[in-house]
Amino acid sequence: MRVNFTVNGRPQEADDVWEGESLLYVLRERLGLPGSKNACEQGECGSCTVRLDGVLVCSCLVAAGQAEGRQVDTVEGLTGENGELGTLQQAFVDAGAVQCGFCTPGLLVAADELLERNPEPSDGDIREALSGNLCRCTGYEKILDAVRLAAARAEAAEEAVRP
Amino acid sequence: MTTSGITPTPTGLTQGAATKGGIGESTLRPDGVLKVTGEFAYASDLWHEDMLWGYTLRSTVAHATIVSIDTAEALATSGVYAVLTYDDLPTEVRHYGLEIQDTPVLAHGKVRHHGEPVALVAADHPETARRAAAKIRIVYEELPVITDEASATAPGAVLVHEHRDDHHFPHVTHPNILHRQPIVRGDAEAAARRADVIVTGSYVFGMQDQAFLGPESGLAVPAEDGGVDLYVATQWLHADLRQIAPVLGLPESKVRMTLSGVGGAFGGREDLSMQIHGCLLALRTGKPVKIVYNRFESFFGHVHRHPARLWYEHGATKDGKLTHMKCRIVLDGGAYASSSPAVVGNAASLSAGPYVIDDVDIEALALYTNNPPCGAMRGFGAVQACFAYEAQMDKLAARLGLDPVEFRQRNAMEQGTIMPTGQPVDSPAPVAELLRRVKSRPLPPERQWEVAGGASDVRALPGGLSNTTHGEGVVRGVGYAVGIKNVGFSEGFDDYSTARVRMEVVGGEPVVTVHTAMAEVGQGGITVQAQIARSELGVAQVTIQPADTRVGSAGSTSASRQTYMTGGAVKNTCEAVREQVLEIGRRKFGTYHPAWATAELLLEGGKVVTDGGEALAALADVLEGEAVDLELEFRHRPTQAFDLRTGQGNGHVQYSFAAHRAVVEVDTELGLVKVVELACAQDVGKALNPLSVIGQIQGGTTQGLGVAVMEEIVVDPRTAKVRNPSFTDYLIPTILDTPDIPVDVLELADSHAPYGLRGVGEAPTLSSTPAVLAAIRQATGLELNRTPVRPEHLTGS
Ligand code: FES
Ligand code: FES
Repeated sequence: MRVNFTVNGRPQEADDVWEGESLLYVLRERLGLPGSKNACEQGECGSCTVRLDGVLVCSCLVAAGQAEGRQVDTVEGLTGENGELGTLQQAFVDAGAVQCGFCTPGLLVAADELLERNPEPSDGDIREALSGNLCRCTGYEKILDAVRLAAARAEAAEEAVRP
Repeated sequence: MTTSGITPTPTGLTQGAATKGGIGESTLRPDGVLKVTGEFAYASDLWHEDMLWGYTLRSTVAHATIVSIDTAEALATSGVYAVLTYDDLPTEVRHYGLEIQDTPVLAHGKVRHHGEPVALVAADHPETARRAAAKIRIVYEELPVITDEASATAPGAVLVHEHRDDHHFPHVTHPNILHRQPIVRGDAEAAARRADVIVTGSYVFGMQDQAFLGPESGLAVPAEDGGVDLYVATQWLHADLRQIAPVLGLPESKVRMTLSGVGGAFGGREDLSMQIHGCLLALRTGKPVKIVYNRFESFFGHVHRHPARLWYEHGATKDGKLTHMKCRIVLDGGAYASSSPAVVGNAASLSAGPYVIDDVDIEALALYTNNPPCGAMRGFGAVQACFAYEAQMDKLAARLGLDPVEFRQRNAMEQGTIMPTGQPVDSPAPVAELLRRVKSRPLPPERQWEVAGGASDVRALPGGLSNTTHGEGVVRGVGYAVGIKNVGFSEGFDDYSTARVRMEVVGGEPVVTVHTAMAEVGQGGITVQAQIARSELGVAQVTIQPADTRVGSAGSTSASRQTYMTGGAVKNTCEAVREQVLEIGRRKFGTYHPAWATAELLLEGGKVVTDGGEALAALADVLEGEAVDLELEFRHRPTQAFDLRTGQGNGHVQYSFAAHRAVVEVDTELGLVKVVELACAQDVGKALNPLSVIGQIQGGTTQGLGVAVMEEIVVDPRTAKVRNPSFTDYLIPTILDTPDIPVDVLELADSHAPYGLRGVGEAPTLSSTPAVLAAIRQATGLELNRTPVRPEHLTGS
């Protein structure tokens, strides 16, 4: 089958998609967007997290056909037009929240959704929002630091533009 | 099929541009940017025009004779390019292994564990390959399973390796015993008579999985010269190469290996997984073949941490001095050897922990069973022992009425202490100080779930968001533990690393290129390599080449050894490069200034400077038209094998030490544990990159926490089948399960090591588990001799 959908604001079409293929497989193998990761393909680790019409989903559990006509946002969409890093991406690098980095894209998409919903999250809010994303390397402390840092930087930037 | 956007190809591999910073600075990872944008090419992201997908068919039973394999239907499936079994292997070399070559490339005649690879399929779509594999018909005749010491050594027991006549280790008493290491020092019997109290304990340590997130993956590309190029996530390219080439019947020069992006390792990538399989399929089909394990396969695709049964006896005098120790450690090695012999050596030699005990009687052994093969995992044999000896320390302290930290401090080893192996600890061993540091830290506030207004934040309670309690049956406990881990490869192994360093002028600027075969698995080694090169050669621009087999071996990214070994190799090679650069400088400019001949010269800020700070020449001028390019090996000081009867020998290169304090809250009604804080103090000798050091300590601590309260591969004792090969059933800590992990870093230099550094990665994994257990025991008053602790152990149900 053919699937048409929008990825990071760009219309995409994938041909010859077999009905059983996941959105994750189509993104990675057919559209050349390998940013979303494949750590479990069982809906347990969150490394494949993307937004489907704004809502967080595990793309490994979404059949590609379900994305027909919808908007998908992946980690690749967090990078600016000219390749500059988004606030969260930069904060992950600066805070040392990236080790092997395999969990990172999923965490970034989930944290991005959190900060959009709740720009000043408490530690409990951050832990709750990211509890579906496994990381085996970092012990999470630096991931918390990164999200706090991104929230603080976004706040500071906001204040800077206020009259 | 449509392709657009960025398509990762093997040539797209890059480590990223280096950022600023010398040693001792929290320099940011050069690969960090690629990792946050999603561009970093992990092994499972590799792609090649016209590639096929490989799939591995694995045994559904643990121990059986293979009566027949019928591949006809699978091979006839449309889209399938090859189906391979043992009979298709190209040479007589059909087994591999890190220490003992006993692992079949594909099962032959027999399978010895659940999930053993039996056949391979290559097809044009991963699902086609899976479906074709399901059509391979195998007739098994099941055999009785060996699952523990009793069944392994029972009279008439089936032998796991029926033709085992190698007897690598002549003192081994039974062919189902894989390796055995006794250590006898002093006279434990006589010393026991001086003891005022004697405590014994039996402990069980569950099978832990590395559970790295990036699945085993790789891409094998057949080459025109009949060889193959392999892009793969691994821990040691050259060890892989040594095992792969003979099976393929190719000289090592025709198997070219390049490290692809690695999504964590923790020991689980030391043994081969898809490497040979991918190459076989590529060579057979003449097409590039990619293999990506799914999570289910990943649980069968790598070795696990040895589950263990440990028995200990310790004695102490009334004034709190240890008199003696006896122990017996039985590790389950599973069906194939992997690195079990070395794990046994570690468990035995570190079984007494970081304590002064002159009289010991130790035995550690590993069994062959039909359980999943076990091998390397972070902490490598020292973890299991630490769990048991730290429980013993608490028992002794309780019997003597002493504070557990005070008791440990009275017996803590220090520089000069003699290990059970007779080896003196010849560098700082700040065991008492590490304990003091974690103990003196203020405790986190009690009842943190109570928020203003009397409501509860259930997220901070045991059970978390499942909202199981509002604090009614919740009690707090605090526990301590400390551990000792060796750094680097021990027991006389010729451990070395190689670095190639090139210095030249590009675009008017001096630049340095560092090339090693070190596997960056997330630990941050490439950051440190660049920091060392910048510090030693005084240049801003350092590029790290992708790791591959065109340069000499770097040894394994394991045993906490890479900063020491490959860091040491980069440092030494840079020093040699510096000498040559200065030679060129003297030749070109020596006549202009007497300091060229007389002063101590350094490279700093892109210039040659005297130790007095006077600049003599710009490096760009010195190197104009010339490049210095050197490849050198680095070795640590030699070690010795342990004597097979007495265990004596200077077996280890270096030790590292970490201590933890765990604070837990336990819901005693439901048996749920919340770890509130897990503070760590560790001596790192010298923190080359403080940010990465803390990241390593926090990550290691969390893996220890995991095995304390949730992580275990459960193997059915009747069938030896794995019951929980998924992230649904094998639980690793989430961000809600993981507490604050404050880290206190000590830097007491080891004069034998480059920059005085100490390997960091493993020590924190040792002590966090027993610290959590001690805290739960303190909270509940229960004995708890097994890990992980499950709710039923806490409620007695
Ligand atoms: S890969 Fe989708 S949740 Fe793990
Ligand atoms: S950084 Fe490796 S899994 Fe998170």
